[in-house]
Amino acid sequence: MSFEAHLFLAVLEGTVSAFVLAVTALGLSLVFGVMRVVNVAHGELFMLGAVVAWWVAQQAGDPLLGFLLALIVAPLLVGGIAIAADWMVLKRIDYDPEATIVATIGLLYIIQQSTLILFGPDARAVEAPVYFRVQFPWFGYSGYKLIVAGLSAGLLLATWFLLARTQLGLYMRATQYDAETAQAFGVPVRRVYAAVFALGGGLAAVAGVLVVPIQQAHYLMGHDPLLLSFIVVIIGGLGSLRGTLVAAFVIGISDGVISIFFSPTLAKILAMLLVALVLVVRPGGLFGAKPA
Amino acid sequence: MNTRDKGPKGRAAPIGIKAGITRRRALKGAAGLAAVAAGSTLPGLGRGLGAYAQGSDAPLRLGFQAHRTGIGAAYGRWYERTTQAAVAYINEQGGIAGRPIELVIEDDGTDPKRGAEVVEKFASQHKVDFVFGTLFSHVVIGSAPRAGELKMPYFVVSEGTHVPSGILNRYVFQPGITDVRQQVISMAPWVTENLGKKVAMVFPDYAFGYNHRDHFSAALEGLGGKVTALLPIPPTETSYTKYLPKIPSETEVIYHVMVGPGVLTFVKEMGEFFGSGGPQLFGFIDSLEAVDIASPGLEFLDGSHFWEGLPRYADGYPTDAEKFYRGKVGVDANGASTSDPKDISTYSHMFGCWETLFAIKRAVEESGYKDGKDKAKLIEAVEAVEWYEEGIEHPQGRKKFIGQIHQSFGQQFISKVENERLKVVHRTTIEDGLYEPEADYTKMSL
Repeated sequence: MSFEAHLFLAVLEGTVSAFVLAVTALGLSLVFGVMRVVNVAHGELFMLGAVVAWWVAQQAGDPLLGFLLALIVAPLLVGGIAIAADWMVLKRIDYDPEATIVATIGLLYIIQQSTLILFGPDARAVEAPVYFRVQFPWFGYSGYKLIVAGLSAGLLLATWFLLARTQLGLYMRATQYDAETAQAFGVPVRRVYAAVFALGGGLAAVAGVLVVPIQQAHYLMGHDPLLLSFIVVIIGGLGSLRGTLVAAFVIGISDGVISIFFSPTLAKILAMLLVALVLVVRPGGLFGAKPA
Repeated sequence: MNTRDKGPKGRAAPIGIKAGITRRRALKGAAGLAAVAAGSTLPGLGRGLGAYAQGSDAPLRLGFQAHRTGIGAAYGRWYERTTQAAVAYINEQGGIAGRPIELVIEDDGTDPKRGAEVVEKFASQHKVDFVFGTLFSHVVIGSAPRAGELKMPYFVVSEGTHVPSGILNRYVFQPGITDVRQQVISMAPWVTENLGKKVAMVFPDYAFGYNHRDHFSAALEGLGGKVTALLPIPPTETSYTKYLPKIPSETEVIYHVMVGPGVLTFVKEMGEFFGSGGPQLFGFIDSLEAVDIASPGLEFLDGSHFWEGLPRYADGYPTDAEKFYRGKVGVDANGASTSDPKDISTYSHMFGCWETLFAIKRAVEESGYKDGKDKAKLIEAVEAVEWYEEGIEHPQGRKKFIGQIHQSFGQQFISKVENERLKVVHRTTIEDGLYEPEADYTKMSL
């Protein structure tokens, strides 16, 4: 294979993973930005999305129908779980930043181990809703992966619209800017918190639904997305949509290119180094608010 | 529980005509003790004493180290079913040396650290006679030193060459399944003659994968072939397309062996990448154990070849013993569970649990093993075995056991994928896989 073909594949792989990563990380970023909660259980919500997609696909029988249903059911269900967690746990500890970290670690284990009990330890494959192979002159590529990239882009656009053009988005931005003042102006801050936590979980769940036909549903699959989301959010700046997008693409494409030209392990090492560098040079992230 | 709990009479009695009476007395005494214990709300202790007082009729306790969770769960489920089936059959036939087997199962989470803890727990808490059944090589390597320290006979069903290589210890045996080194040596000539001599290898980035890398590369070079690329894949990897461009275009054969939850993805992405025009594929069925060959995305595997330890489809090795074994473990003619056709077995590996239990049975019966103090006798008895003959006890085929390296040698199968099924096209002999032992466990102290 020629250099150009290598590069093309690297960029293709990188773009697909960047889009999925952006959706996952956006959920984490929103939750932190608005609520100042570091949600360590975010990866488990991603995993729940994948597991729900498998379950729905089993019930539906037809892969396309199952996929479409899962796109609705998974975020609703996982969002519901997030609201319950917000009400039962986060609210009770008054969103104290340190306490929420410990609480969400607990949540991580509860979700992971409950899935192990209910779903079992096996990796389970979900059939792609549409299956076709795109043949390029040098190699073939999964058509479904391209669809995943497209759907993720649509989802990012929808989230942007929600944040920038709706009343809920306005409330969210106001709460992020200054929760107390927002409350004084009649923004129902507690309800906004619940909505944001549900939205964050829902985004992770949708990313899980999109990814599961490429990977497989497994109770331990939440670990990698959590780690990558943290990398993206730290580089991009917590709470910044634009930063999350840019960082997801930086990480996704560089991961694709470095993996293909050098080694996947080196790509992970460099991403970590970049995180360290950003923390030293710009602790608030590339697009985050300047630290006080 | 140790021998002191047996009661003075049970212990002092010489083995002879009076043994029956003494045993009965001991039983009575123990029953009394048990009643007292039960009365003082210590039912566990009471039961233990009662069981022990039966002397040589007491169950033989076997600790089964199972991969119930973690990346080895699919294998673990079938290892457990096979073990349960073998134990039920052996007990039905009168047990081992007249003693029933009592199975104690602990999950190691396919994790080396937990593996060592489980071995410890078997020895100190469950007081088992032996431990067996571990598959994943990193767990075996993590657990074996502890088994050695505890002087606990440890029968693994792992395929890893770590047992015959001599890096473990005298307490670790692999009588029920062949090792990677002999597998690749025996099949390399067939691969170079029928598929090609320029081979790229894709393997997991840990001990089991290195066995493949080292021994297949060596065998290939001995046959005038060439390795065009070595691609180690980290065990937690979820996406594989990025590795595939590293395979040079001169490659004639891709040799692939992968295990863990990502296998289906790996095989699928390989198919998407190469389509039908790529190199020949030679894989280890490990990549597709517990996976239906008819899964979507696997169509491109048609015409490719796989190693099988024991053919998944019943027509691959139609012997009476194989048929009997297949029925007992609840697998249908297509290699799926008889109760759920979607639940595909790990047929090329799980026979190892069945055969290992019969190897343990033979060792106990030949050594006259009674309890913990006879462990040295037992180890020497296993080391003295030369052949395990084919039959219900060893349905995969006859095996030559080499005591110095604690390893069995047996036949291998090469199958071709045709119409979403595996069809056996070649069977190697035991001699094809024999190699010179490079270690000698029998010289280690007990």
